[in-house]
Amino acid sequence: MTVAASQDDALVAALRAGVEQAFAQLVDTYGAGMRRFALSIVRNPAVADDVVQDAWLGVLRGLARFEGRASLKTWIFRIVANTAKTRAERESRSLPFASFESEAAENEPSVDPSRFRHPQFPGGWTRFPEPWEKLEAAEMRGVIAAAIEQLAPAQRLVISLRDVEGWPPEEVCNVLELSESNQRVLLHRARSKVRAALERHFERT
Amino acid sequence: MSTSELSCQELVELVTDYFEDVLTPDDRARFERHLSLCPGCATYVGQFRETIALTGALREGDVAPAAREELLAQFRDWKRDDA
Repeated sequence: MTVAASQDDALVAALRAGVEQAFAQLVDTYGAGMRRFALSIVRNPAVADDVVQDAWLGVLRGLARFEGRASLKTWIFRIVANTAKTRAERESRSLPFASFESEAAENEPSVDPSRFRHPQFPGGWTRFPEPWEKLEAAEMRGVIAAAIEQLAPAQRLVISLRDVEGWPPEEVCNVLELSESNQRVLLHRARSKVRAALERHFERT
Repeated sequence: MSTSELSCQELVELVTDYFEDVLTPDDRARFERHLSLCPGCATYVGQFRETIALTGALREGDVAPAAREELLAQFRDWKRDDA
């Protein structure tokens, strides 16, 4: 058994025994991430709060059945995703999960093809990307946050989990029930667009 | 993929695959060979890396103390109902 799995087991045992400190630890470890995850799925703060609250109830109710086949974290975030799905179905709204396949199948170039019409070297840069000046970190974060907001839903969700939250790829695939290759395609599209947004920003300033 | 060299336009499609280490050894070698010879792509890949690092700085927000208290109260209720 891995260290993480045995830690999960100890925590789950304490939760089942009703140790409040164990629950406080769970809230402190995952609570903020669950809220951000719910928000990037449903995109409405009030709905996200409801989803997280329902998800916590789902966690408590489901503890007795937790078998440790997935990590505790994966299991908890799947409950958040499923809670959001149930709610969206009830309100007939669509969620990013609906566009995983279609967004991954789209053929979007990472860089505008007109940048590669070099007369002598096919597929070579017509002009090299300009090195970036150092900008104030807050300004860069603003540009990135705005670029992520503009992304298609599935790309936004994947880049939020991978690059904002720093989840490893396996965890993203497990929680979102997404294939590794689609996960990479969506991540690459998202990153390419965020880089392009920064480039546009630098060229303007 | 063919055995010929990568163009810049092909390379920009492979950056995430390169970072995630899922390229075949041949493609990886081709990617790195191109990068060592092409300042434009070296800049591009550096910017891609920087973009990822900057995106990681966006994360913020903890559970508000009020929400935390509410959750703990919920846990106590759950424990009582369960007992």
